[in-house]
Amino acid sequence: MLVFIPKIVAFCCEQSGVPAAEMAETLKLSVPANLEIVPVPCAGRTETLFLLKALERGADGVIVFACHEENCQYLIGNMRAKSRLLYAQNLLQKIGLEKERLEICNIATNSGVKFAETLKDKAIRLKELGPNPLTRINDPLAHANVGIKE
Amino acid sequence: MIKAEQKPIEEILTYLDPYKKILLSGCGACVTVCHAGGEKEVSLLASSLKMARNLTGKPLEIQEITPARQCEPEFAEELAEKAEGVEAVLSLSCGVGVQTLARSLTKTPVIPGVNTVFMGETVSHGVWEERCQACGNCLLERTGGVCPIARCSKQLLNGPCGGSSKGKCEIRQETDCAWQLIYDRLKSLGQLDKLREVIPAKNWGTESRDKGPRRIVREDLKI
Repeated sequence: MLVFIPKIVAFCCEQSGVPAAEMAETLKLSVPANLEIVPVPCAGRTETLFLLKALERGADGVIVFACHEENCQYLIGNMRAKSRLLYAQNLLQKIGLEKERLEICNIATNSGVKFAETLKDKAIRLKELGPNPLTRINDPLAHANVGIKE
Repeated sequence: MIKAEQKPIEEILTYLDPYKKILLSGCGACVTVCHAGGEKEVSLLASSLKMARNLTGKPLEIQEITPARQCEPEFAEELAEKAEGVEAVLSLSCGVGVQTLARSLTKTPVIPGVNTVFMGETVSHGVWEERCQACGNCLLERTGGVCPIARCSKQLLNGPCGGSSKGKCEIRQETDCAWQLIYDRLKSLGQLDKLREVIPAKNWGTESRDKGPRRIVREDLKI
């Protein structure tokens, strides 16, 4: 039976999100199948445009893994990422997309379990939300995220 | 520099409703500095508009461009060439750029995507404040470099009103009283005696928009 496996794009700060992802892999923790990890040198490198482009090009959800607040190697990169995400969420609401598709998670280097659990939770929430309507409209017969066997 | 703010996306979408293919033009000058209409904002708005229109089942084709300046005829003419084949141009430049481009595009509508708000300076990242109203007769030498026309809520020319309290304006508590700033500045310059000179009332009739749009003519530069 075909099921909807949400496509998730995860922007991962190389100081926290990436080591947490590696930790999850080392611990052999399962993460959602349709996941694309995009390493960034700092969460603050994640431009608002990156968040929108991910959705425009078919992601069902986007998450930014950033360092904990007041713990950014570049001082306020994580806060910048948070501000941009809020700005993008506001934009999404105005154009008719659910803001819940975008979110940020503050994480530490050794939080492999939190990394995997957060992604699993996000996948569940995205399943409830349904596929990105833009993908359905652009290519209704070949939804990239429908058809993967769970 | 000129400061502008992007119009609400709902308003822009209303203007673009009749069109299927547009050119979205930013400007590499003032509106880039205030993050209203530079290359980044062009990409961001293009992405948002495309998504919004796809969601309503009316896709919009957008070409993106950001010339160095849009308010110079040379750049506007170049832009006009790029606009061939599009139904409309959405411009993120200031009102000057929109009009310069409109002059070069006789048969294509040019739609403003920003509201031009004021001439001002960057106070801090993401914060801009008005500093000049182009009144046409600069008083800054007499006021220590602080403009009472742009920064005093009542545009008073000879000292504060009774509403100045603890250095703040009665109109808005977070706003500095321009005359307090002028006093402090002249004091630090050792020029408090300048406050004894009475500044005559401005002649708005001749210094400003007495005969419609103002014009500067430099005979030595004319060709």
